[in-house]
Amino acid sequence: MTAIESPTRPAVRQETPSGLVWSIRDCWTEASRHLRALPRNPEVLAFSTIQPVMFVLLFAYVFGGSINVPGYDDYNQFLIPGIFAQTVLFGSTFAAVGLAEDLSKGIADRLRSLPMFEPAVLIGRTFADLIRNLITFVVMLAVAFAIGFRFEGTLGEALAATLLLLAFAYAFTWVNALLGVSVGSVEAANSASFTWIFPLTFVSSAFVDPSSMPSWLEPIARNNPFTIATNAVRALYNGRAAGSDLWLALAWAVGITLVFAFLASRKFTSSTR
Amino acid sequence: MAQGLSKRFGETEALVGVDFEIQRGKVLGLLGPNGAGKTTAVRILCTLLEPDAGRALIDGIDVIAEPRRARARIGLTGQFAAVEERLTGFENLQHVGRLFHLRTSEARRRARELLERFDLEEVGDRVAKTYSGGMRRRLDIAMSLIGRPSVLFLDEPTTGLDPRSRLGMWDVIEELGRGGTTTLLTTQYLDEADRLADEIVVIDHGKAIARGTADDLKRRVGGELVEVVLADPADAGRVIDLLEHRALARGQAVPGTSVVTIPVEDLTGIVPAVVRDLDAGGIRVLDVGTRRSTLDDVFFALTGRPAEDGQSAGDSEDGPGSEAAQLAASHQAQLEARS
Ligand SMILES: Nc1ncnc2c1ncn2[C@@H]1O[C@H](COP(=O)(O)OP(=O)(O)OP(=O)(O)O)[C@@H](O)[C@H]1O
Ligand SMILES: [Mg+2]
Repeated sequence: MTAIESPTRPAVRQETPSGLVWSIRDCWTEASRHLRALPRNPEVLAFSTIQPVMFVLLFAYVFGGSINVPGYDDYNQFLIPGIFAQTVLFGSTFAAVGLAEDLSKGIADRLRSLPMFEPAVLIGRTFADLIRNLITFVVMLAVAFAIGFRFEGTLGEALAATLLLLAFAYAFTWVNALLGVSVGSVEAANSASFTWIFPLTFVSSAFVDPSSMPSWLEPIARNNPFTIATNAVRALYNGRAAGSDLWLALAWAVGITLVFAFLASRKFTSSTR
Repeated sequence: MAQGLSKRFGETEALVGVDFEIQRGKVLGLLGPNGAGKTTAVRILCTLLEPDAGRALIDGIDVIAEPRRARARIGLTGQFAAVEERLTGFENLQHVGRLFHLRTSEARRRARELLERFDLEEVGDRVAKTYSGGMRRRLDIAMSLIGRPSVLFLDEPTTGLDPRSRLGMWDVIEELGRGGTTTLLTTQYLDEADRLADEIVVIDHGKAIARGTADDLKRRVGGELVEVVLADPADAGRVIDLLEHRALARGQAVPGTSVVTIPVEDLTGIVPAVVRDLDAGGIRVLDVGTRRSTLDDVFFALTGRPAEDGQSAGDSEDGPGSEAAQLAASHQAQLEARS
């Protein structure tokens, strides 16, 4: 067997693709693939905006009058931050479906055969998902304001709450990214991600006070990281002390991001499939 | 290029010690039925899959040791068109160009150039979702050429295309071949490998079972076949002997039928000649016909059994087994009806 000598017409390349600058540019290139597509895909935009709006309205008007939560005169001030949290978490499931689609369509193979920074495929996607989630949030916030929701604390607290919300959703985008690169099909990715996200968001303080739950469920709901994040976000929007919830929620977000980004990248770049 | 490649997935041995090499500027055809291991071989060479054993070199670069460097020199068009449906043709090309780390201006220039070359200028600004199968496939190949790869991989580029798009794709690949692009082409179709490949490696169940130029293979199998349906299957041996002087290789009796196939060089005047021979030999014949050989014939000649896994012989042609069996069955029925 003889090796074939080098080609005489190499591709025009600026430099070897190993530098940090290239890695970041690759992430941005991948993110722009999704961001460019975002306004062209009406179903996705609809799911990301109309549905959350519907959630806010339904929950606020259906449950709004009937539920009393200790410490809150207006249930909406309690409920709406919970809906925000749940909606951005639902928004994190797009990553699972999108990556499973890239994999099953051969797009992942094509990208991995390029001399690019491979994790850029995941980083770019999670970043684009973050932007989409931000858009979703802004739309939801507008609707919430229209039905009477108010920031009761400072603008700084509201900003902190929003950042925490998005950071928390971003962390879960990585959990879904791992799911997306692990399961075999788009359908499986879709059902798999909702299978855990429903219990995670409902067995929590998002809609009701956990003390109203059965005694076996209550401790689970209380220690659910989603509860912790929701409590922190809710406290901040309402100008109350978030206490340890804030730091715990942040720690969860950072921890989940690091662990799952590592796992998902390793899975995606492994050459065993 | 590839040496002793082996890969198993659980119980399945996808590749068992496959060797091949592509000459610079040539097209190597990897010919095999469904599940033969073609995609597995391509994915190993493209650094996407690690083999259990063996090595693969691209321009002398070990793809396992230095995947990044190897990737800078390959272009992959996978089995399923990997285009981003939500982007336009132009954006798809530009996107891959940027990931290839071309300068932005260069990526745009290449994108335009390739759209033109692949006859996609008019649809270049439409999202790929609206493209036909043939257009997608052309865009897909264009995307794999952005970085001017020194080896191009085409995994079943015409599978799933209608006959016209298929011919169009052949033209595209032929032109690439003329332009001196080193190419590894996989296919399930003998005629495709025949037309496009300079050299063919036939693989089956992960093993390379034959290699050579299309002509070499046909010499062993026969590009054209004469098919004789006998009244009495017991005559098969005599028929093969009788017709040996007209055949490229010894004929074969299709097991379980009364059909004998004889590979021949040229079909001109062959049918009357065969009929005369058989008549002189006093053999009772139900039918004498001709057809072009298919992948199934290659397999049949090489392995003594038809290519497995159904559909492998292509959309229109059935294998010799099934076709001949049908033919024989209908003749049998006629015979019985007459007597
Ligand atoms: N990821 C995988 N996991 C398990 N088995 C696999 C995997 N990939 C391929 N195989 C098996 O390995 C064998 C070879 O598959 P491969 O895809 O290479 O065949 P192929 O020649 O490309 O076939 P086709 O014409 O259908 O594309 C098949 O039996 C297939 O089922
Ligand atoms: Mg294949």
